[in-house]
Amino acid sequence: MATIQLTEPAEVLIKSVCKRFRNDAHELINVLHELQHELGYLPLEVQSAVAKELRIPASKVYGVVTFYSFFSMLPKGKYQISVCLGTACYVRGGELVLEEFKRRLNIKVGETTNDGIFSLSCIRCVGACGLSPVVTIGEKVYGRVTPQQVRRIIDEYMMLEED
Amino acid sequence: MELILSDHPAECLTCAKSGDCELQHMAHRLGIREIHCHGEQSTYKMDNSPSIIRDPNKCIMCRRCEMMCNEVQTVGVLSAVQRGFHSVVAPAFQNNLMHSECTFCGQCLAVCPTGALTEVDETAAVIRALADSEKTVVVQTAPAVRAALGEEFGYAPGSLVTGEMVAALRRLGFNYVFDTDFAADLTIMEEGTELLRRLNAYLKGDTSVKLPILTSCCPAWVKFFEHQFPELIDIPSTARSPQQMFGSIAKSYFAEKLGIDRKNMVVVSIMPCVAKKYERGRDEFFVDGNPDVDIVLTTRELSRLIKLCNIDLQSLPGEEFDAPLGESTGAGVLFGTTGGIIEAAVRTAYEIQTGKTLERIKFSELRGMEGLREAVINFDGVDVRIGIAHGLGNARKLLNEIESGKSHYHAIEIMSCPGGCIGGGGQPYHHGHSEILLQRQQALYREDELKTIRKSHENPYIIQLYNEFLGKPMSEKAHKLLHTVYFDRKNGKK
Repeated sequence: MATIQLTEPAEVLIKSVCKRFRNDAHELINVLHELQHELGYLPLEVQSAVAKELRIPASKVYGVVTFYSFFSMLPKGKYQISVCLGTACYVRGGELVLEEFKRRLNIKVGETTNDGIFSLSCIRCVGACGLSPVVTIGEKVYGRVTPQQVRRIIDEYMMLEED
Repeated sequence: MELILSDHPAECLTCAKSGDCELQHMAHRLGIREIHCHGEQSTYKMDNSPSIIRDPNKCIMCRRCEMMCNEVQTVGVLSAVQRGFHSVVAPAFQNNLMHSECTFCGQCLAVCPTGALTEVDETAAVIRALADSEKTVVVQTAPAVRAALGEEFGYAPGSLVTGEMVAALRRLGFNYVFDTDFAADLTIMEEGTELLRRLNAYLKGDTSVKLPILTSCCPAWVKFFEHQFPELIDIPSTARSPQQMFGSIAKSYFAEKLGIDRKNMVVVSIMPCVAKKYERGRDEFFVDGNPDVDIVLTTRELSRLIKLCNIDLQSLPGEEFDAPLGESTGAGVLFGTTGGIIEAAVRTAYEIQTGKTLERIKFSELRGMEGLREAVINFDGVDVRIGIAHGLGNARKLLNEIESGKSHYHAIEIMSCPGGCIGGGGQPYHHGHSEILLQRQQALYREDELKTIRKSHENPYIIQLYNEFLGKPMSEKAHKLLHTVYFDRKNGKK
């Protein structure tokens, strides 16, 4: 599990976000949502700080963070690869595409490569079933992806990095 | 049911919960003979602490422990984390209990239907000590044990088995069978004196005095306020718990009397409590690396030990505790139930304060099972306002009042477990039948009434202990041996 020392701006941010939600424990999910958007992920230190601000046990915050797949405790990569496993994508081989990404990047779903360039997640339907199986990387959408194309897609971004 | 069992370790014969397991009973009732589902098996690591063992592989996600920890006790350590097959009840960030704010009250394991939460079993350590001819092995039994032990041997709930328990302990080979009730009387001498000192200073107009005074007999409660209310750590009485007072006196006064080195004495406690296992290991309670209390067994462990040694409790004659640390009063025995410590304290404090003999010994206004109670006791013209809480959630309410300056009490008794020690995490499982707690409480009231001496300060061996050894309550020696300090544990400190 990644650990970071909270920087002063992060502490200020957590306090201000919690305050915006009136430090109300019922707003926990909204607070976490906002903080993940701002910080990219929710490490232990952030969760502890939120628990303190909302005056609830850290175990409760941790329970919520680990329950919803939207929340991440690991930093996201520069390029976030999301493979759709919605029904249409799944039946047209989405899982094989996901397996290929896992194999080539040597990470599991929810993880980030050591160089911090890629992270991998799966999503449920992006509303482009006609293009299934679909992969999104940042804002870009790839349709009718086959496992054979995975290497080319990865190389595309590696080249960007090398430039 | 088969699906639950397909991910449950099939080690019933050797499981600590065998015979008392609700999952086992349910499988039996449903006549499960074969498990048709074969799926993945959970492979969690065991979480060992000084008091509680968590084995998440045996968890069936009923989440009773989570409810107990969060809603009843408001400790907030256990929470369901992850989802689907990977979901498990665990402390924050899946840390170990030892590195959490767990108070070790043990109420989670009192409600756990399976063997996912159990006490650390130390019966083998007791057998080793008893087999060691170099050691003098001394045992003390907490008041609540005698009111519940019988349940493990076919007695009706609420049966008092004090004499049979003493006889069984003697047959197990303990050299001296003593009573924590003696130390409870000693606690009253120290805590009662401390209460009167603070109260009298307050009545004389000293505004710096800390009131209300809070009882400090319950180790889970002590750990609770150290974590949750560290700014209030100078309010509780500094008196050690009866278990620790007993250990301290046994290994000083009594070891001196026997002419043996404290290292050759083993003090075993029989407690209704799993937090006592943690308490005995606190650094403050060691002298030159030797603990005041060596081993703590719960009521359940004692019953296992008695059964293991093939002793038939029902057929034993009633026997008496040994002197001098086995003599106790009716006040001491009340320590096992909610309201009992403060009733015992009132009996002694009233007489010391007023110099008059108490006409009425039974204080019905302090008795009962309500989670929060209060009473005003008139000390010859001075109204002493008393609060009582059992269950840590109720304790929190009184602490919040103190924190916000709204508390109007002079003294507050707090016990962590619902019902007090009679409902402790180490007692025979009552499987949610709360009437059993009332029956155990009545048993303690009966034991009090059976005693000829019912006020702690009249215990002849307590008087002798002060004359021969301690001097006066709160003397320098008493301070060293019978009082303690508390620590700020907030935010992972200490």
